[in-house]
Amino acid sequence: MILDYLQVFLVGGIICTIGQVFINTTKMTSARILVGFLLLGVVLETIGVFKYVKEFGMAGATVPITGFGSNLAKGAIKGALENGILGAITGGIEAVAGGIAVVIFISFIVGLISSSKTK
Amino acid sequence: MNEPNKEYIELVKKKMPKSKHLLTMFRAFWVGGLICCIGQGITDLYKHFFSELPEEEIATLTTITLICITVILTGFGIYDKIGAYAGAGSIVPITGFANSVASPAIEHKREGVVLGLCANIFTVAGPVIVFGISSSIAVGIIVLIFKGAFI
Repeated sequence: MILDYLQVFLVGGIICTIGQVFINTTKMTSARILVGFLLLGVVLETIGVFKYVKEFGMAGATVPITGFGSNLAKGAIKGALENGILGAITGGIEAVAGGIAVVIFISFIVGLISSSKTK
Repeated sequence: MNEPNKEYIELVKKKMPKSKHLLTMFRAFWVGGLICCIGQGITDLYKHFFSELPEEEIATLTTITLICITVILTGFGIYDKIGAYAGAGSIVPITGFANSVASPAIEHKREGVVLGLCANIFTVAGPVIVFGISSSIAVGIIVLIFKGAFI
């Protein structure tokens, strides 16, 4: 149990540290960092490496945006195998639809309620 | 007024970026790791209470929960403070994605609901969604072509 959380902490921490190295050395903005790690997740899932990272790191691998990318690729692979071309197109977005829908909806609501004093 | 010692300033310049580098990396490491541990905790809670749900749905629920917590924290201005401290530790997790959607929405609200709030929701989410959908379709087509490798 404790060891599990240690593994999660380690893998999640290392992924974030890699992101920090990119920020420090290349002055990448957060949008580029997010896109980069997303694509990393897609590639790792497609070549079949991500499941080993996930097995060891659990939420440490899925909570970073790499997990989002891996879900996209996993959905696309599953869709393509089950439903052909239509599944290849809809599978990815279907797999992450919950996250995207919620993030837009709740940001809209919070944006409407809160005053812009955060800046 | 005394001029500051030039050698001293050179020395400070030489020393500073490196230690700052290590410090920001350490901060990103522990905050990022902690956020992932919170995610694991939420997953374990859901597994305990909704044990009949398949693993994929529990993962989606965890993501949704983390997003909700982050957007509410962003609304109170707390997440931006975490971000100022942790750098990539708060950007790379899915919470950073949620924050980058909510933060411009709140900031640009004064320009109007449609052209301010709604348009700026996608300043960071846009690239992520565009690359995400495009790459997933590319993967889908690759799978269609090389079907044998994926079964």
